[in-house]
Amino acid sequence: MMTEQIICAGFGGQGVLLAGQILAYAGLEEGKNVSWLPSYGPEMRGGTANCNVVVSDEEVASPVVVEADCAIVMNRPSMEMFEQAVKPGGLLIMNSDLIEVEPSRDDIRVLRIPANSLAEQAGSVKAANMVVLGVYNACANIVDNKTIIKCLEKLMGEKKKHLIPLNEKAIDMGSGEAKKQQS
Amino acid sequence: MAKVLMKGNEAIAEAAIKAGCKAFFGYPITPQNQIPEYMSRRMPQVDGSFIQAESEVAAINMVYGAAGAGARVMTSSSSPGISLKQEGISYIACAELPCVIVNIVRSGPGLGGILPSQGDYFQATKGGGHGDYHLIVLAPSSVQEAADLVQDGFDLADKYRMPVMVLGDGMIGQMMEPVEFKRNEPPKLPEKEWAANGWSDKSKPRSVVNSLYIEAEICSEVNRKLKEKYDEVIKNEVRVQEYMTDDADYVIAAFGTIARIAKNAANKAREQGIKVGVIRPVTLWPFPYDTFAKAAGKVKGMLDVEMNQGQMLEDVQLAVQGRVPVNFFGTQGGVIPTPAQILDEIIKMKEGK
Repeated sequence: MMTEQIICAGFGGQGVLLAGQILAYAGLEEGKNVSWLPSYGPEMRGGTANCNVVVSDEEVASPVVVEADCAIVMNRPSMEMFEQAVKPGGLLIMNSDLIEVEPSRDDIRVLRIPANSLAEQAGSVKAANMVVLGVYNACANIVDNKTIIKCLEKLMGEKKKHLIPLNEKAIDMGSGEAKKQQS
Repeated sequence: MAKVLMKGNEAIAEAAIKAGCKAFFGYPITPQNQIPEYMSRRMPQVDGSFIQAESEVAAINMVYGAAGAGARVMTSSSSPGISLKQEGISYIACAELPCVIVNIVRSGPGLGGILPSQGDYFQATKGGGHGDYHLIVLAPSSVQEAADLVQDGFDLADKYRMPVMVLGDGMIGQMMEPVEFKRNEPPKLPEKEWAANGWSDKSKPRSVVNSLYIEAEICSEVNRKLKEKYDEVIKNEVRVQEYMTDDADYVIAAFGTIARIAKNAANKAREQGIKVGVIRPVTLWPFPYDTFAKAAGKVKGMLDVEMNQGQMLEDVQLAVQGRVPVNFFGTQGGVIPTPAQILDEIIKMKEGK
């Protein structure tokens, strides 16, 4: 039985809510049970935004993630807020381009991903969210990357179709980086 | 039809449209804004009416009018906005008109905050407005159930000619989950002979929508009829979900989204060898007193968990009649209880604290 509980956090504008949403869409597309719960408090204005995603073979019990299998943190305030939410043995994916401090935990796996730099190489810094999504899926392997692309195509529609290759590249680069660091 | 991923607020709006809702009147307030937003886009496509009223008071009175004319009608708001609607809700209840009112509860009192809360339990189940009346109150715990209960809500409202409230919280409104709409086509609506929708052919007695009864005898008769109706609802419409209560030594009472966190806590407790179940009222009014009363004969204790200071707690205590201890754990102000906190409370209870 598989249940993955994920927190995805960063500045408003880094696309953390979208990254979580795409993961939920992809899970649903592959017949899994999913939930996506965004933070919608006043902290969204200029501060951090985050979402809780659950992808499971079983009915999703609570949509609130308190013991995360993985936390993806895109900036320093998010790391400070969510590092402790990762369960022992869990995974912390941190955007090392924007977080210059080290995590305080030694009982979790940590991947330091230069997400902004990789996204720039893929074509736009805005795709940093897709880089970390690629990293996450390479580690957790909960959906096929092709499903993620399919969901992106659906979400972006005709108008933004030209951005798909860039996003796909960003996901691939994240995936590659994760495999490189884990080998 | 395949499942689609939708926000709770959007699923509520679409479910209403698919149930034949033709009129929506509302006024913006977080965290339910996606309902009117969605309605403003969809209503014109289904030949319906959407009006952003000048205030909550205006919106509920538009509901009163549309319901009186026989339309399937809905309004939505969040706590402070629902307070403003109470006068109109009382009038609609007295005039025996069907409508659906959605309250996506935020934390209070006062303007409070926009984060989830269950602080409006008393307001929803014990009246809210003035006079002797009830609403059928439905409390979904998932986006799917929110959609289902909105659709059922319209049927219940028509069946009993009374307002139905769907009581969610900010979490239900904002989260996305897969939904499959049970009903995709508006049903053939029951004939509403009482509706005040024209009298040009004089084919039926004149319909009058009213809630003013000056004479004691008449007003008393109106109240007697309402009581008779409420007794019918209590007899027929109680809904409750039990989770692992068969062999439970302890039961958690929780409604809405919190019941899901309670289920997590029950699972954790069972990993530690403590047999815990969950009773989740789906209808908050009529309340499943019997289910709790029966459980009280079997368990060692109950823990009521709510995102308020202990409101449903009073109904659980009424049902249990002191036969077993009923402890309480609550969070307020938008704070969501965690399974670990609930488990701690269960352990405390087991240790007799």
